Amino acid sequence: MRRRDQRLTAAKRTRERIVVTLLALSAVVSVGITFSILLVLGLESYGFFQEVPLWRFLTEKEWSPSFYDKRFGIIALASGTFLTSSIALIVALPISLLLAIYLSEYATPQMRNFLKPTIELLAGIPSVMYGYFALFTVTPLLQKFIPSLPAFNALSPGIVLGFMILPTITSLSDDVILSVPQRIRDASYALGATKLQTVFRAVLPAARSGIISACLLGLARAVGETMLVTIAAGQVPVFTLSPLSQVQTMSAYIAFVSLGDIPWGSLEYKASFAVGLSLFLSSLVFHLAGVILRERALRLLRGL
Amino acid sequence: MKELTMVKPKPVTVVSPWPERLLLAGCWLALLVTLSIIVAILADVMVDGLPRLNIKFFTSYPSRRPEDAGIFAAWVGTIYVMILTAAMAMPIGVGAAIYLEEFARPGWFSRFVELNISNLAGVPAIVYGLLGLQVFVRWFQMGESVLAGACTLTIVILPVIVVASREALRAVPRSIREAALALGATRWETVRDHVLPLALPGILTGSILALSRAMGEAAPLITIGALTYVAFLPVSPLDSFTVLPIQAYNWVGRPQPGFAQNAAAAIIVLLILLLLLNGIAIVLRSQLQRRYRL
Repeated sequence: MRRRDQRLTAAKRTRERIVVTLLALSAVVSVGITFSILLVLGLESYGFFQEVPLWRFLTEKEWSPSFYDKRFGIIALASGTFLTSSIALIVALPISLLLAIYLSEYATPQMRNFLKPTIELLAGIPSVMYGYFALFTVTPLLQKFIPSLPAFNALSPGIVLGFMILPTITSLSDDVILSVPQRIRDASYALGATKLQTVFRAVLPAARSGIISACLLGLARAVGETMLVTIAAGQVPVFTLSPLSQVQTMSAYIAFVSLGDIPWGSLEYKASFAVGLSLFLSSLVFHLAGVILRERALRLLRGL
Repeated sequence: MKELTMVKPKPVTVVSPWPERLLLAGCWLALLVTLSIIVAILADVMVDGLPRLNIKFFTSYPSRRPEDAGIFAAWVGTIYVMILTAAMAMPIGVGAAIYLEEFARPGWFSRFVELNISNLAGVPAIVYGLLGLQVFVRWFQMGESVLAGACTLTIVILPVIVVASREALRAVPRSIREAALALGATRWETVRDHVLPLALPGILTGSILALSRAMGEAAPLITIGALTYVAFLPVSPLDSFTVLPIQAYNWVGRPQPGFAQNAAAAIIVLLILLLLLNGIAIVLRSQLQRRYRL
């Protein structure tokens, strides 16, 4: 009897070990993904930078990989990304901030329960649908006010991109504002402040770095968004800071190359990996800064 | 005592000063703008696309004439790719979450994996597309196939599933685990028979949310070379394919107005599939919650 029990536990122990190994393997997959991103982007970009020196990539102002006179100035694509994402942030920030203030300080619980999932709907809309909306509704609408606006421009997808990142910024800011301790509000009221003064002079300053981190995380999303800008911003890389011009973003270039028939291993193929590396690094910077700032902000608020 | 309750205090009406009213007006305006954008985006597609929806649209392949073109290959492709993606992403994602939450000892390794997953969530989908192109399509020789697409989408949504599943597992009370272990269950038995069933509704919600994201995603699939013109149904996982968002994108870019309508109709079908997916999740969740209640 005793021996049988021991055998059972031995079998169980083996099973336990196998299961834990399998589970650990699935956790290791994510590390594998990170390494393969770095490996793939690194390898192909290395091949690219062997042919096109890094300084030319960073300093030239034109991007024309398919012309006879090939130019590879990432600034032309980066300016497109910069334009659309900054317009998005300019649109999203005030609206998100007002929504977050309303949700956390004024809305009744019922209102909150209705509004939060409704705003989240914006995050669930496929980006092709945003592109359709930008191209066929927002651009014609804008053209009524700005007749010179071309069919493809940075402004319209920028505005729509703003609504795309709005749920991210709103819910992250809302979280931070809610985690400002009630004591801070009470102290402000006790000193005779009105609700408005409390919100603007006590709550928002306490939540400031958290709100900045929400913007950074929203920006990281805006920088990487592809289909919307591919559909509505155009496919011509121009180094410009005019929102009325058509632009090609870094992400749109990668999609553009993939849609064409570019042979594997050619310079243009490698160029899309160099652009991918630039895109990866720029969104990583925003994402990391956002995550770190957010953790610090929440830790500080907990300590208050 | 009775007299005291008779005297009701007059309700104090606080008149908000005008700056506060201004702020509230701003808040209401922001709400109005947000809600009307949601309505406008939906209405825009509905108005353009609904007249185009008929049986023939579902059973035809793409065509040069907009009125003959359909989404047969696209909706079949979407469902095919999503089933494969779910079959790969859910076991790996939930497995990783179980390991990190239930088995990993706190230390540099689990901190490293955690940091790593949080960063993966910030990588743009199109960068995953480049990864899929090089690793699955080229190195593993899968070609521009359904399988390569599903593998790529799996790595796009894996971090989301891991994070959501970990939260669901963390919400299961510690006492459940202690009770199972005290009765002689091994750690895996504890997880399999007690923790996992209780966390399943949460895991399911997170996974379905992630799968919905994958279903609407076109960029990484375009990057791995999914076709925009497919006049056959994918049968084997190594066949070429297209999906609804790519088909819609392809039609958006055409000059004839008929194709814009087709794009809108394809987007409506995509939305219907998204609704179905989320509906299944809601039904499953409520049934699971009824079966395992704390």
